[in-house]
Amino acid sequence: MRDTGIEGKGAIPLMNQTLTQPAGSAPNPWRFDHYFVPLMIFLGLVASLIEAARSPDPRMVAQGWIFGACMAFLGVWYMWMYVGQDPPDEKRQYAEGVIKAGVVASMFWGIAGMLVGVIIALQLSFPHWFYFPDQAWTNFGRLRPLHTSAVIFAFGGNVLIATSFYVVQRTCRARLFGGSLSWFVFWGYNIFIVLAGTGYLLGISQSREYAEPEWYADLWLTIVWVCYLLVFLGTLIKRHEPHIYVANWFYLAFIVTIAVLHVVNNLSMPVSLLESKSYSLFSGVQDALTQWWYGHNAVGFFLTAGFLGIMYYFIPKRAERPVYSYRLSIIHFWSLIFIYIWAGPHHLLYTALPEWAQTLGMTFSIMLLMPSWGGMINGLMTLSGAWDKLRTDPVLRMLVVSVAFYGMATFEGPVMSVKAVNALSHYTNWTIGHVHSGALGWVGYVSFGALYCLVPWLWKKKLYSNALVEWHFWISTLGIVLYITSMWVAGIMQGLMWRAYNEFGFLEYAFSEVVLAMHPYYIIRALGGILYLAGTLIMAFNLWKTVRSGASVVAPAPMALVAEAAE
Amino acid sequence: MSHAWLEKNSVLLLIGIILVIAIGGAVEIAPLFWVSGTVEKVTGMRPYTPLELEGRNIYVREGCYVCHSQQIRTLRDEVERYGHYSLAAESMYDHPFQWGSERTGPDLARVGGKYSDEWHRAHMADPRSVVPESIMPPYQFLFSTALDYRDAKKLLEANRAVGVPYTQDQIDHANQDLEAQADPTADGLDDMQKRYPKTQARDFDGNAEKITEGDALIAYLQMLGTLVDFKTYRADAPENRR
Repeated sequence: MRDTGIEGKGAIPLMNQTLTQPAGSAPNPWRFDHYFVPLMIFLGLVASLIEAARSPDPRMVAQGWIFGACMAFLGVWYMWMYVGQDPPDEKRQYAEGVIKAGVVASMFWGIAGMLVGVIIALQLSFPHWFYFPDQAWTNFGRLRPLHTSAVIFAFGGNVLIATSFYVVQRTCRARLFGGSLSWFVFWGYNIFIVLAGTGYLLGISQSREYAEPEWYADLWLTIVWVCYLLVFLGTLIKRHEPHIYVANWFYLAFIVTIAVLHVVNNLSMPVSLLESKSYSLFSGVQDALTQWWYGHNAVGFFLTAGFLGIMYYFIPKRAERPVYSYRLSIIHFWSLIFIYIWAGPHHLLYTALPEWAQTLGMTFSIMLLMPSWGGMINGLMTLSGAWDKLRTDPVLRMLVVSVAFYGMATFEGPVMSVKAVNALSHYTNWTIGHVHSGALGWVGYVSFGALYCLVPWLWKKKLYSNALVEWHFWISTLGIVLYITSMWVAGIMQGLMWRAYNEFGFLEYAFSEVVLAMHPYYIIRALGGILYLAGTLIMAFNLWKTVRSGASVVAPAPMALVAEAAE
Repeated sequence: MSHAWLEKNSVLLLIGIILVIAIGGAVEIAPLFWVSGTVEKVTGMRPYTPLELEGRNIYVREGCYVCHSQQIRTLRDEVERYGHYSLAAESMYDHPFQWGSERTGPDLARVGGKYSDEWHRAHMADPRSVVPESIMPPYQFLFSTALDYRDAKKLLEANRAVGVPYTQDQIDHANQDLEAQADPTADGLDDMQKRYPKTQARDFDGNAEKITEGDALIAYLQMLGTLVDFKTYRADAPENRR
């Protein structure tokens, strides 16, 4: 007997397209979002025009115009949607328009971010061809943050927002809280991405890894993120299910922890309110630990907890099985979020960070294996009794392989946090390989799996082609294998060459010789990236065809199943 | 207590999450701000000159940290390759820190004085002209772009607001000090060097016509890792053991 706990806990609550609210209930006469959203757009427009008109900093002027254009667009969109009418979306019972928009944005940013990744991989492989001496914005230093932000925050962020909005409604049997506020979250977040990305190209960066956007973009994101928390929490509060489903614990932890990390790590002093430049509140060693507390937990909460939320909904749903162990999900949830927070110092081993903090960071990083694998086991074992579906359903296979990659990456992570290993691996391409096994294998695949589920569910169409999903799966898997293995070999070789001594007791290799030795691996890595991008393009085509010409499915959607029935 | 409490009450769940994530941060990060000895006692550290600070801003703007670390670890090969391992004190005025996490290019924590200005100019304008194996992007534009130092004073003030001990004298003379360091013919070199001991002043980019971004960046690179007096620093002194 599977441990599904008391009724409704381990299993997914009954889901269909109807809510329990009375059908003809009168619209709420006063809604705060009808005042708040226009107010935010207005304030944003005023601020952007002031910057554009008054700032002595040409970069800030450019950002002012960009933000102003975004606000003007948002204003027009809002009037078109909301003034004098209830938008068609709000007449349906679940809010789905904003989720559809999130799916489209995810695909757009995914392709854009991966394309930039391919370009910078080619820059490192063929510097003669891919650098342009007079075009400062094409340099690696500006494009690399564009790549990381686009794939993590733009692609990953949109996937998280879209799936969380979907999951929280279905598992709470409640419409999204806050009316147009969820749309504000979607647009506001994407405008933050535009602001941050164009900022990097213009030469605006805090140069703090994964926290590059400057103070004004951070401020805007803070407003948007608080609204996100409000929408999510508000929906949880008005739920019609007695229990909060496990996926929502992870989403909630992701949203609230990212808020805390973002605010603390980005505390800074702008040179003036009309300048883009700011100086971080902390300096040196304190700044380093604050930044890696943020950076590592961006991995832990954005790229892990959030995507575990996806795992806990989409895998049981797709496999038509209840979550393997309810007890395990409780234990691994609390231990994961408790332990992750401590692991930041493993980015700073053997540095000027005090020894006690390094030891603490390494210890907790090793402990982190347990809750991570708890999640992996819970995800994989949910397939019990349904393993045969891996042969016939490539979407489910993608989801399951993502969990396998999660297991691999979270085994490799603790290994690399051991000081003796880190002495070799730190500063090398091994780290890049490790990150990408998590990013391409885990985050990428679980997102793809969720998108392959969501598009047919939302548009009520049959997926255009399962064969294309097979192609996507195998091409991108080959890409991942090339990427990870080349970076493992390159990284370990790099580390060994740096520390190699010759027979006379001198360092054997000049730094430039090590750079030269990386050349073939950089090319293989770029090839891996190209394959992965090709897979994503196949997916975009498949989803596009699904929306455009897929066969309609009559409601209720085939996925609106009752998981308990599988028992 | 049953877990049902938490999973039936979203606000309790939220509070629970916040408490659980607060512990690690509080225990691990907060002490760094008050445990004495987190930052070593050294002689020689001073805040950046206005020109060096402008150069550092360019370093930050261009995202040099994505390929270059500024943190020499306490490992034999690193100390032999790059010099004395980095001390916390050496980045105590760095807002933000630029320790980095990758060495696609070499560590720069002690690059100051290792190469000539001429080498830096040639290397940044066209990296492969001096290091054929290099995969670094070209930064030719730094040497044609005039440095925008209208707000040098404001940069110092913002740094003082976050704790860098700039004096009022230094802030008042920010522009004058910047010009004195980059232009050997300008007045006020002696005053500048009184305000900022151990400062190198010369025309870093070899272009006497204007102060360029290249001037600022080379001035910054040439002072990196040169300030602390390691003759007086004792690593095994009790106050420096961490």
